[in-house]
Amino acid sequence: MKVWIAFWNILAKDMRTYYLKPPNISWGLIFPLAWAGMFLIRSGAEVGSVRSLLPGVMAVSVIFGTTSLLAVTITFEKRGRSFERLLLAPIPIELLMLAKTAGAILFGVLNAFVPVLIAAFLVDLSEISWGILALAVVLLAVSSTFLGLLIAVSVSEVFEAQAFSNFFRFPMLFLCGLFFPIQRLPIWLQPLSYILPPTYGVDALRSSINRTGFIPLGSDIGILAFFCGVLFAVSLRSIKRRWIA
Amino acid sequence: MTTEVIIEVRGLTKRFGKVEAVNGIDFDVYTGELFGFLGPNGAGKTTTINMLTGLARPDTGSIRVAGIDCVKSPKAVQRLVGVVPDESNLYPELTGFENLCFCGALYGMSRRDRETKAKELLNKFGLNEAANRKFAEYSKGMKRRVTIAAGIIHSPPILFLDEPTTGIDVISARQIRSLIASLNASGTTIFLTTHYIEEAEHLCKRVAFIVKGRIVRMDTVEELMRQTDGLFVVQFAVDKGASGLCEALRSEFREIRCHAVSDSVLRIEDSNPVRISPLVNFIEKLGAEVLEARKIQPSLEDVFVGVTGIETAEMKQEKERAKSGGGV
Repeated sequence: MKVWIAFWNILAKDMRTYYLKPPNISWGLIFPLAWAGMFLIRSGAEVGSVRSLLPGVMAVSVIFGTTSLLAVTITFEKRGRSFERLLLAPIPIELLMLAKTAGAILFGVLNAFVPVLIAAFLVDLSEISWGILALAVVLLAVSSTFLGLLIAVSVSEVFEAQAFSNFFRFPMLFLCGLFFPIQRLPIWLQPLSYILPPTYGVDALRSSINRTGFIPLGSDIGILAFFCGVLFAVSLRSIKRRWIA
Repeated sequence: MTTEVIIEVRGLTKRFGKVEAVNGIDFDVYTGELFGFLGPNGAGKTTTINMLTGLARPDTGSIRVAGIDCVKSPKAVQRLVGVVPDESNLYPELTGFENLCFCGALYGMSRRDRETKAKELLNKFGLNEAANRKFAEYSKGMKRRVTIAAGIIHSPPILFLDEPTTGIDVISARQIRSLIASLNASGTTIFLTTHYIEEAEHLCKRVAFIVKGRIVRMDTVEELMRQTDGLFVVQFAVDKGASGLCEALRSEFREIRCHAVSDSVLRIEDSNPVRISPLVNFIEKLGAEVLEARKIQPSLEDVFVGVTGIETAEMKQEKERAKSGGGV
């Protein structure tokens, strides 16, 4: 049970010192608003179409709230060598990395619900399948966070972490069906969409919000869970090879 | 101190690419001992500590800490050890008190226990008034003291101290040495790496000299000092260029040994009583001024220089330069 004291304190410290800082909170609020506003204006749609935009905006909030922040905080602690303290603690490396990523996952989940909260004042959300929505958000947050972890273990400088995050995130925005269906992508680009975790997260969100997902929900959830496991296992292997060499 | 071995190292080797950082070292540390691991920058001191504490995996060799195989069960060993790295690596955005409580939590201490212990340590280390200031705002000496406190918050029976006094002011260094001595007196086994030979001489019971990844000599300080019986040492304070003067003195007076302690202090050793006036005349002929000359008792530093052939002044300067980049 004592390892959970360490787990909780690592999570609490990260939430307090990194994620719940005013700039990050304002980022979590402003970013989805700006995206939603931009798409509403661009498409000339009415406020009523907010619901169709919601899956995309939620996914963007999660992806941007998790990947770079985790990659940057871990790289920052590695540079300052405070991460060594964690590696020296008598807690299993798996639990340690779960504690380090739990903050980003929570932050991503909270970010995802900011647009939902705003949308609740504009449109009727009573037909949403909340259980599936929550599961999709959590799995999307976990997979994006673990992608951030993989970035963190692959770089050694903070600026590299930021650059590497963007290298993944921006192409993902266009390839994973966030704002237009994958079927409208050139045929040669479509296979790429199917190897990106957010594709399945966005589709599950569409299924839960608008019933417009095109992949069976069970497959979305299963594939997302598979991505989470693989990304975490690859990151752990990298950590053991590079940081405890 | 007992004769019970608490750290047992056999044939330990670690390579980084083509560099042999640690090359087949063997040593034992006894329960309650203050063991010194001395060597220049890049000798393999930090790499050895990393392997002993589970932060690095050896290529070959075995490590047993309190009977536990450190290679197979590093987490079990980490429960028993405290580590103070060569750089203060606590969280800059947390206060001293918060940092200590956080480190206690990493070892599973309850909230009440870690808060009580953190307060006790801050008081013991003279940091009560700074307890609620952010770590980033501390002076180097204060940072070092809190980092040591963080290493012992969970009361480990074994403490690894990597260069604890490097780069800090004289008063803080003295306070830290006294803290180390009192920790050892209270029963903690201490593994100390340092390039300050005089620090090891005063604190340690036994020392090992490590150079280029190999232990070149290991013995009690008392036994090592016996080598200096019949050795005569004179120390000169000069106005400049002690290293250059040493080279000139060595080539002129072949029977003596000379090494620079710093840029303005050189030390001359001889197995016969040293005649000062020819040396002073020679130095002044070279354009330097002798400010002081005095006979001194031989020290462990003289033994270190004799065994390793490494100038201690060079070693100190090198360490200070490398401080920002960390040791090997």
